[in-house]
Amino acid sequence: MQIEPRQSQNPLIGLLIPVASALVALALAAIPLAFAGADIGAAYQQMWQGVFGSRFAFTEMLTRATPLIFTGLAAAIAFQARLWNIGAEGQLYLGALAAVWVGTGMIDGPQVLMIPLVIFAGAVAGGLGMVGPAYLRTRFGADEVVTSLLLNFIILIFVQMMLEGPFKDPMGLGWPQSEPILDSAALPKLIEKTRIHSGLILALVCAVVAQVMLTRSTWGFRVRAVGANPAAARHAGINVNRTLMGVAMISGALAGLAGVSEVAGLKGYLTADLSPGFGYTGIVVAMLAGLSPVGVVISALFIASVFVGADSMSRAMGVSSYLADLTVALSLICVIVGGFFGRFRIRFGQGAAA
Amino acid sequence: MMDILQIFLSESFWAASLRIATPLIFGVMGALLCERAGVLNLGIEGIFAAGAMAGWMAVWLGAPLWLGVGAAACAGAFFGALHATLTVPLGLSQHVSGLGITMLATSSSYFLYRTALPDVTSPPRITPFQPLDWPVVSDIPFIGPVFFGQTALTWLALFTVLAVWWLLARTPLGVALKAVGDNPDAVNAQGLSVYGLRFGAVMAGSALMAIGGAFLTMSAFDAFFFGMVNGRGWICIALVIFASWRPGRALFGAILFGMFDALQVRLQTEAGAVVPSQVFLMTPYVLSIIALVLVARKADYPRALLQPWFKGQR
Repeated sequence: MQIEPRQSQNPLIGLLIPVASALVALALAAIPLAFAGADIGAAYQQMWQGVFGSRFAFTEMLTRATPLIFTGLAAAIAFQARLWNIGAEGQLYLGALAAVWVGTGMIDGPQVLMIPLVIFAGAVAGGLGMVGPAYLRTRFGADEVVTSLLLNFIILIFVQMMLEGPFKDPMGLGWPQSEPILDSAALPKLIEKTRIHSGLILALVCAVVAQVMLTRSTWGFRVRAVGANPAAARHAGINVNRTLMGVAMISGALAGLAGVSEVAGLKGYLTADLSPGFGYTGIVVAMLAGLSPVGVVISALFIASVFVGADSMSRAMGVSSYLADLTVALSLICVIVGGFFGRFRIRFGQGAAA
Repeated sequence: MMDILQIFLSESFWAASLRIATPLIFGVMGALLCERAGVLNLGIEGIFAAGAMAGWMAVWLGAPLWLGVGAAACAGAFFGALHATLTVPLGLSQHVSGLGITMLATSSSYFLYRTALPDVTSPPRITPFQPLDWPVVSDIPFIGPVFFGQTALTWLALFTVLAVWWLLARTPLGVALKAVGDNPDAVNAQGLSVYGLRFGAVMAGSALMAIGGAFLTMSAFDAFFFGMVNGRGWICIALVIFASWRPGRALFGAILFGMFDALQVRLQTEAGAVVPSQVFLMTPYVLSIIALVLVARKADYPRALLQPWFKGQR
């Protein structure tokens, strides 16, 4: 048996791998379902119903996909430059904190002013959250994987401190939560009587802009060059460190927007349990999308379906909703294994010796 | 100032430092073994959770404590084998595979726990490891409570450091293990199996990480909680770099970290009225980042770390 690189890249394979990985991960979820003693067929049916069974269910899935598009984009852009931003969870909270800072009464004005202001503040805060680790890497050589991961814990504790201190809502009955976002700063709802909000539109716009920037601009070329081979990029006159800092700012800003969108579009105020791990799940979204921004939208819809479907199945059948996290983790493993078969072919028998 | 001096003179402070350091010692030794063989194992955070769950669950189901430790080690070795399969023969990104292992190990532990105990509100307890009661030495002032008042797992951790040091410094296997993390081509030329050595190191290292997790549910506490690992795995990854991949320095780093954490808890009770408690809770993570930044340029990375090696390719 021998492993050899494929001579040519079939574009179809690039599309087939994520789809097949997602399906394999879904199929593998049958193992824990069987272990929990559930009727497997009924469980899958319940999951499907939980997403596509009603208009409301479908909008719930879109609502869940919104932050995942942002964090998926954050991971995809950073990973394209081989900048390992694992800190999207923390950057999300920084964005949310900045949004409630400017959006709960510091200033008030018309919607056309307040909404862009809240979005801008959240993006800058999130961006700075990744600029830190990127600076520590370019200046001191400290691995950004570890620093951005550890920063998640620091930021979450910091947010808790703020919510029990200066940001605490005096009307919050003692709960550590922020004051509500002003009506003028809240992202408008898209459909009445659902939770879907205009953060989704913002996410889609970001995905399209990111796609164009990455594939059609010289900046995008620099990012991909730095990711493919930093030494060669430096040789070609690209300022690698500056490119990395730019990528860090944009990646962090996108994660920050996830926080803005959750707090100003969905929840209306900030609590320390705003995100059930959207930052980490964004990594899976990005990998499943093959790091393509437009692909991120599709894979975010898939991952959101898994979460919403599993929640509904869990309520109906009593199987733990951790099944969703398990399926998402399996998707990540499947897609990287799938990527291997996209890049290499395995030959068996006599031909291998030649 | 007097208060701090008093803290440093108290036995309970040093006993706590060593106790807090114990899971980190296991984790750091595990990560060190993997990385010395050239494989970064970011699965550590999830493997901690899997070990904590498996060890606790085994004992809760009626197994003796040491069998629980064995169950944790097996769970760790299983996820280690998965990580090794993805990163060694398949040569996939060690970063992404490791994060995937963390997600998989964490979520499957949580899922199993919830499936076994669907509707408990307070986590069921087990009888954990008890502090050892040695004849005579336990009664020595200071030394007695600090060293001999620890549970058997702390002693196992200290023994592990000695074993890992001896393995790497004094045995042919250790030489081969270090070589496979520095120059796999040379190891292959010697007729040794690069894949075999890396597989073994990652599985053994992951088993150690899982025992570190088991310490949390079987010695430090007596129950399993969601989120109880709380970044300990990532801190271990930082400590290995801080230690420049040397077992002795890694032990020193883990104990130093335990001291800071024990000090932090005590200062929190002293100064809690003036400074928000969160400032103290942040310190372990801040210190890890500072430690990393201080040594990053000088760190003596295993040269083939993160680099896949394929048989028959140069």
